Amino acid sequence: MIDRDHFRVGTLRSPFHSRTERLNQFNSWDRWKDYLSARQYEDESLEYFACRNACGVFDLTPMTKHLITGPDALPFLDRLMTRNVTKIKPGRVGYSVWCNESGRVIDDGTIFHLRENLYRLCSQERQLDWLLTSAIGFDVDIVEDTNDVAALAVQGPTSCAVLKKMGLDGVETLKPFGLTYYAFEGTELMVSRTGYTGDLGYELWIDPANAEVLWDQLFTAGRDYGIRPMGGEALDLSRIEAGFLLAGVDFLPADEAIRPDRTRSPFELGLGWLVDLDKPCFTGRRALIEEKQNGSRYNFVKLDIDGNKEADNSFIFTKREKFVGVVTSAMWSPSAKANIALASLEVPYGQPGEEFLAEIYYQRELKWNRVMAPCRVVDKIFFDPPRRRMTPAPDF
Amino acid sequence: MTDANQVVVIGGGHNGLVCAAYLAKAGRTVTLLEAADTVGGAAVTREFAPGFRVSACAHVLNLLDAEIRSELALDANGLEFARESLQTIALADDGNHLSISGAAMSGDGVSEADQSALVEYRRRMDRFAQLLGRLHKRPPPRPGVNNSGNLVNLARLGLDLRRLGKTDMREFLRIAGINIYDVLEENFEHPLLKGALSLDGVLGAHLGPRSNNSVLNALYRISGRVSGGQGSLAIPRGGMGAVTSALGVAAERNGVSIRTSSRVKCIQLDGDRIRGVELDNGEQITAAAIVSNADPKTTFFDLLGARHLEAAFVRRIDNIRMRGNAAKLHLALDSLPEFTGLAQDQVGERLVIAPDMAYVERAFDHSKYGRYSTEPVFEITIPSVHDDSLASSGQHVLSAVVQYAPYALKEGWDSARQAFLSQIIDLLARYAPNLRQHVVASELLTPVDIEREFGITGGHWHHGEYALDQALMLRPVPGAAQYTTPINGLFLCGAGCHPGGGVMGNAGRNAAAVVLGQGRAA
Repeated sequence: MIDRDHFRVGTLRSPFHSRTERLNQFNSWDRWKDYLSARQYEDESLEYFACRNACGVFDLTPMTKHLITGPDALPFLDRLMTRNVTKIKPGRVGYSVWCNESGRVIDDGTIFHLRENLYRLCSQERQLDWLLTSAIGFDVDIVEDTNDVAALAVQGPTSCAVLKKMGLDGVETLKPFGLTYYAFEGTELMVSRTGYTGDLGYELWIDPANAEVLWDQLFTAGRDYGIRPMGGEALDLSRIEAGFLLAGVDFLPADEAIRPDRTRSPFELGLGWLVDLDKPCFTGRRALIEEKQNGSRYNFVKLDIDGNKEADNSFIFTKREKFVGVVTSAMWSPSAKANIALASLEVPYGQPGEEFLAEIYYQRELKWNRVMAPCRVVDKIFFDPPRRRMTPAPDF
Repeated sequence: MTDANQVVVIGGGHNGLVCAAYLAKAGRTVTLLEAADTVGGAAVTREFAPGFRVSACAHVLNLLDAEIRSELALDANGLEFARESLQTIALADDGNHLSISGAAMSGDGVSEADQSALVEYRRRMDRFAQLLGRLHKRPPPRPGVNNSGNLVNLARLGLDLRRLGKTDMREFLRIAGINIYDVLEENFEHPLLKGALSLDGVLGAHLGPRSNNSVLNALYRISGRVSGGQGSLAIPRGGMGAVTSALGVAAERNGVSIRTSSRVKCIQLDGDRIRGVELDNGEQITAAAIVSNADPKTTFFDLLGARHLEAAFVRRIDNIRMRGNAAKLHLALDSLPEFTGLAQDQVGERLVIAPDMAYVERAFDHSKYGRYSTEPVFEITIPSVHDDSLASSGQHVLSAVVQYAPYALKEGWDSARQAFLSQIIDLLARYAPNLRQHVVASELLTPVDIEREFGITGGHWHHGEYALDQALMLRPVPGAAQYTTPINGLFLCGAGCHPGGGVMGNAGRNAAAVVLGQGRAA
């Protein structure tokens, strides 16, 4: 539970703080939901490459977490989410978005079906108010337990080998989006094969009292496997390559919008596959049916941009220089060897293969330059290694 | 396949009956399902002690729509008034009462200034109330929907306002949203007069004279023309049940099949549209349209279930303010009580105990903190004076609205009922000293009892507070304010919809028009 005096505390320390602080060479922290969260430990490139070529460890304790239980837990979640939650069986995890009544995305997150009728919902933004609002008329218990669970993401090609070395026997048989439990130092360690990097990877969830032991054992086990702590900057690079959205960056959470037209529907974020209009009722359904009939306003696309100048916040134009949209996230992708971006384009623009110009401003030795870089809409995920889906998971 | 003509009306209150009658008149096959063993809802007459009958909830008729009365031939179907144009007598504990009849009044110490102020006050209030009354007759407009019917409706609203003329329009806009305390202070001197008039602004509501929306409630109360004058009051022969029994006859004559003792357990769905209803006994009835006379919370939460509605809509329904604050007192009397200073021929008028506005406000204060008033306000009628069908000769029934008695009483009504009852009879005895010895039997209906007996959430007679933010296109909530709901085939027709509470019938009539696809605002 969140302490009612939480607002009196300036920033919170993660249960891993004693470990992460020592490793954080520049003492460089972000504020993430009131927690100190490492921006980078040593060098964001090293951390990114550790994640892509060995094993990167990210402290995701600040991620907003809720426990949902009670007789109506499933009907509650099914009415909240755009996707069909009944399909997420115990021991499985599902990605989903949820909408307001105008069919605009409030947030995205993951639903963990921990045990029969016990769910964990992880969200980017604080959601307790909306969850409680959505619970009116349901027999369901909802608590935000962000501070009661310590969590680490262990991501990269050697992640499975590290966990096996740490003693998690059989973890290689865990399927993508599966979760399981291990006895660990007298407590229970939950392991899910999930992540925000688009690679083979796991997330470890444990009681905060055992957080430091977990960290120590993990890093001892990973010594020969290139393990390295990873900050928020490196994680952001990984998620853009994987094509994952970030609330507040790639879309504006609907309940934070002052201008309602700045928000996006799931269709407008390329998440139509998460919308099950055959469900008789979920919040936003009526609006989304109408949108399906009348058409959406935006397409969300992946862009492959010529050259190597990063296209952060670029305007996108047609070849005839008609404005059609903006880049929401961009980077030079070392793994794809490509200049990539996620962008929101006005309908009808954004069909696969369509060519545009990205207006990029960049600096060379304090001189600003502008380039209109040709770019095209691509369908394929920029970084999508087969090991991501392999079961049993390969060692490396 | 369900017959596209088949309509089920849930609840046989006056609005349900009106709606059913109009639908049947237009050729629909209508089944009306009523949980109680008789139709009428909160407009019923029933025995509360052997040989004593009384209007069990609503007890004065002030809003019944004249068109409905003639279109459904209620007079031919048995409606008769025992007494029309009731006067209001503001009781004073020293016996110097004030009697008010429309714009005229008489009593000790009434100044000429007050006399003429009352004339002007009523002239203006009557005009404003007429404007309100015109709005009752059609579904509320729906802002943002630009079809012609809707725009005409919106334009009419503006035009009606403009027609008041510059001075009156300004005055209307000035006072419509404010409190009646200020307005009465501006106009009058006599505390009894102000007390009695302020009562009209707070009856049945969770409001004190100093609360906003009390002027609006006062206007609403006089927005009908039951017996001639604007805002006039009448008592039906046989009690309020006579109105609904005439409506029942009219409905059946038009072909409605009325089934009493048939409690609807739930509304059944097929995906996102209605399939029919299931009764308590398990019987299922399919329908192409369902019209619910139940209040919005009962309809959406108990009969339908929140899970079939989107969260934002559910929140709006959940937030409707509808906690009753009025109790109903019924006394069986072995003879006509004597009120100090009141002539025998005045005892049958509408007697109010609201000696001054501060008294009314103090009475309200308690309810804000979950307590009942130590000195409540009263609206009293003794209908047996005009109607010998309610008690045997020489005996009488007293029916009174007693405020404030909050639904969510801190100590709970089970333990407080006797103390409150005894206290209000003591208070009545200040005005009618020999009352207690004439009481043969008594009944006190708290909002909790009203909820239980009439199935109204919160025991709020009007199915929700009448206020600017719960009126017109906001009643009961946006998304259900034009009698339609987010569920295909489910309609509302109760007092929770525009125009609101009171035995009026317009909600039922407007809803029928929407179901039939006519007069549709949107």
